[in-house]
Formats: sequence, C-alpha cells, structure tokens
Amino acid sequence: MKLPVQLTAGAALAAIFVAAALISFLWTPYPVEDLNVSMKLQPPSSAHWLGTDHLGRDMLSMLMVGSRISIEVAIVAVGIGMLLGVPLGLAAAARHRSGFDEIIMRTNDLVFAFPALVIAILITAVFGPSAFNAILAIGIFNIPVFARVTRGAALSIWTLDYILSARVAGKGTVRISIEHVLPNIMNLLVVQGTIQFSLGILAEAGLAYVGLGAQPPVPSLGRMLADAQTLIYTAPRLAVVPGLAIVLTVLGLNLLGDGLRDHFDPRIRRAR
Amino acid sequence: MLQYAVKRFLSLCATLIASSLVIFAVVEVIPGDPASFMLGLNAAPDTVAALREELGLSGSLHTRYLDWIGGMLVGDFGTSYTYRVPVAELVAARVSVSLPLALYALILSTAIAFPIGIVAASRRGGLVDVGIMGSTQLGIAVPNFWFAMLLVLFFAVGLRWFSAGGFAGWDQGLLAGLKSLTLPAFALAVTQASILARIMRSALIDTLEQDFIRTARAKGLTRRQAMARHALRNAMIPVLTIVGLQFSFLLAGAIIIENVFFLPGLGRLVFQGITQRDLVVVESVVMLLVFAVIVVNFMVDITYALVDPRLRIRS
Repeated sequence: MKLPVQLTAGAALAAIFVAAALISFLWTPYPVEDLNVSMKLQPPSSAHWLGTDHLGRDMLSMLMVGSRISIEVAIVAVGIGMLLGVPLGLAAAARHRSGFDEIIMRTNDLVFAFPALVIAILITAVFGPSAFNAILAIGIFNIPVFARVTRGAALSIWTLDYILSARVAGKGTVRISIEHVLPNIMNLLVVQGTIQFSLGILAEAGLAYVGLGAQPPVPSLGRMLADAQTLIYTAPRLAVVPGLAIVLTVLGLNLLGDGLRDHFDPRIRRAR
Repeated sequence: MLQYAVKRFLSLCATLIASSLVIFAVVEVIPGDPASFMLGLNAAPDTVAALREELGLSGSLHTRYLDWIGGMLVGDFGTSYTYRVPVAELVAARVSVSLPLALYALILSTAIAFPIGIVAASRRGGLVDVGIMGSTQLGIAVPNFWFAMLLVLFFAVGLRWFSAGGFAGWDQGLLAGLKSLTLPAFALAVTQASILARIMRSALIDTLEQDFIRTARAKGLTRRQAMARHALRNAMIPVLTIVGLQFSFLLAGAIIIENVFFLPGLGRLVFQGITQRDLVVVESVVMLLVFAVIVVNFMVDITYALVDPRLRIRS
C-alpha cells in the first residue's frame, strides 16, 4: 500500500530531530560545556556548521543536546499521561454513569482548569525550576487528555456486539477492557500520543524560555531562544536557528499524527 | 435551561473550591514553612517569627485556608512580601495589561480565522484550500514566543513600525496602548487562528454535506446564499466553543509573551514572584488564572446551551 505524502514527510522531519538527539548521546561536534569566548558569535563555517553562540559554544552541538532534552521531557510527559490517563479512562468507561465515572470526570475537569504553564508556575514556586518539574507539569496536564480520549472511545466500543459475547462468555470488566477495548482504541491513542508529544515539545520550549525548565549548563531549545533575545539586534541567527528546529520538529510530528490518523481510519481520508 | 444553568453553576463552585484547596495544599507542602522558605536559609529566627506572624501562619490549617479564601472573596489578596503593598493593587495594575492583551489576541484570531476558514471550505480541495491548510499547519507548529521575536526583528528592528517592547500605558490614550499590544497580540493570535481556521473549515464542510443545504440549494439558493444563510450558522456551534476555550490558552500564552515584549502584566508579576519567593503573590495570581479559566469555561457551556437547544434537553 502506498503511504500518503503527509505521513512520509512528517515521519522524515521527526526522524531528523530524533536522530540528532540520539547521536548526541554518543557524539557531538564539540562538547556543549566548552566555553570559548574568543570564538563567540562566529558565522556558519566548515568548523562550526551553524556557527557559535555568544559564549563561543557550537550551535549544532547545542541544538543536538537541546533536542534530546526536549524529547526526554515530551516522552516522559506523554508516558505519565498515558500510564495514568488510559487506565482511568478505561475504568470510567467500564463503569459508565457510576459514581466512580463521575468522580474521574470531575477530577478531569479540575485538572483542565490548570493549564500546564500554571501547574509549572505552582510547582516551580515551591520546588524551584528543573527539567523534572517541567516534565511533571506537562505530564499532569496530559492525564485528563488521555483519560477523556480513552473514555470516549471506549464507551463506543462497549456498545458493540463482540463485547456482549465476551460478557456472555463470562469475562469480567477488567479482562474485557484489556483484551477487547484497549486493542481497538490503540490507534486513537497512538494518534493522540503523537499530538501530545508535539504539544509537549512546544510546552517544554515555552517553560525553558521563561526559566521554568532545564537549568544551565544543560542546553535546551527554549533557553537558547531566551539567551538569543538579548542579542537579537546583533546576531538574529541565534534566535532563528533553534526556533526553526522547534517548528520543523513540531510540524513533522503534527503531519505524522494527521497521516497516522488518516492511515488508521480511511473514512476520515475520504471525508477530508 | 434554568435547571441546566443552576447545575453548571453548582459544578463551577465545586471546581473553584477544589482548585483553591489544591493550590493551598501545594503551598503548604513546602518543606519547613512558607515564612522560612521566603526568607531563605540565612534568615534570623526573629525575622522568620515576625513574617510567620505577618502571614498569619500561627493559626490552624483550616482557619488559614478560610482566611485566605474569605479574603480573596472580598478582594483582599494579602500583602506582597517583596513589594510591601496589597497584592490586590499589584494584580489590578497588571490585569489591565494582560486581560486586554488576551482579548485583543482573541479578536485578531477570530478576525483572521473566520474568513480563511470560509474560503478554504468553499474552495475545498483547490489550490487555495491546500495553501491555507499548509499555512495553518505551520501556524500551529510555531512557538508563539519565537514568532514574537521574529515580529520584533521584522516590524520593530527592521521596519520600525512598532516599538520592540514596553507598554505605553493606558493614560497615554487608547491608541498608544493598543499599539504597544499589537505585536504581542498578533504573536499570540497566530497559533489560535490556525487552529480555529481548521475547525471552521471542517465544521463548514460537515454542514455543507447535510441534507438541509441540498434542500436550500434545490429551492434555488446560490452556493453563496446557502453558505451565508444556513451553513455558517450551523457551523458556528463547534467554532464558538473553541473561541471560548481559546481564551484560557491566550491568557496563559500572554504570560509568556509578556516576557518577550517586557510588558508589565500578570506574567512578569508571577515570574518575579517566583524568583523573589513571594508566595503570597504567586498563590494569588495562580488562583486568579484558574478562576478565569473556570469561569470562561462555564460561560462557554452556557452560551453553547443557548445556541444549541438540543444540549439543554440532553442534559
């Protein structure tokens, strides 16, 4: 079967970012902690492909390690959202209209009232800024997102005939949820996971930009942008490069998400 | 309708109480107590004791919570430890920047999204549609604070049409105030406009495929008439909900954008509060933001029910 352009382009863009991050574990052109002020603000050259920043650090190396932090934060935050949100959503759907369902949905509403940024402000005010707190803030915000998507999708599966047969066969709600409901909503969760992943990267960049994310000397794309802001008159390149990296990655992930959705559900493809 | 509104209002109150408890609890779990946290490690014991007294930390947990909430209800947010003025005064001054910024962005976002969503839907599948959809994909992927920097680079540094930052103040006149909020509002609006345009387009496309549109066309209405008189009104329901929900994103986004443009809004206040460990300020601003989100969502739900009678019956 031929893969749609959207899916391929998205996957390719996202893969560049992930590859850069993975390679940074083994190798970067220069160590990112290396300050070399005599080499500051160098334009792109064969020695420094993307030039150097105001402290003489190699931009490409910073970008590679920065991507790694973004991915780590986004993956763990999506993981937290899925690990807690999906079981909650499944349980709420299995006990639809019960007091338990009501409690889960109302708690969801409560968490929704706290945008990730507000959670981060609250956590940071108390525990101080760190990448871990950024993960926690984005992760907590992801829980109700996954719980809601899971519950909605699971509810429609519960009305189907094969669930009835599973019940007749004597399976309990937990087994039905795991063996029949979960596999059938997996596609949707993968798509939602991709969307939350790209939102996570944007959120991490925003939090790092205002100083609520990873702390120096760990490079992060958001803080690179914050540093670049004061130099925007003299060296706009410092602001353009990390920003473009974020845009291309998020664009890639969004295209990948849309492509996957269409791929899993051909009805949508026809409707759009 | 009244029954629905009352039910939603009760749930609004419950959510507000629950969220205030969460915020209060988070501030309470600070290792040690808020007074020694705010003053740092090297504070003299009698200074800590004085601040404890000032913050009213000697009372029991539930009296402190009730004092805090009771104070907030009558507009007494406590006194900022660093600024030495009532937090309510600080907040009032900052809200006069953040709130107009979020509203300005909301208006811009709607003004951009509606026409392009309508054009994309009516030229569905064509080159214009593909172009618009591509641009909105890009608009969603752009971090707004980065886009804000690009706007500064282009319109402030390059063309010199706007100042690169700062706020003229409303006392300089409405126009001067709006002018200093234009670049920030535009930076904020781009992402939301992209999302809204996509939703507008798909809602219109869904509506255009309905039987009543075919009936309207069969009655002799042109495509344009059918769109204006029937499709748009019906597509409005999902679109309005999103417009309402976007307000909370814009308010949160405003906090970050204020940093790019050095605007004296709630965002600057809360980040200064964090660095200066001024918990009274942080606690109050967070509660205020959460309050705004909850109230706006409530209003969206009520409007939704007013626009779509089916929802009232179902609930």
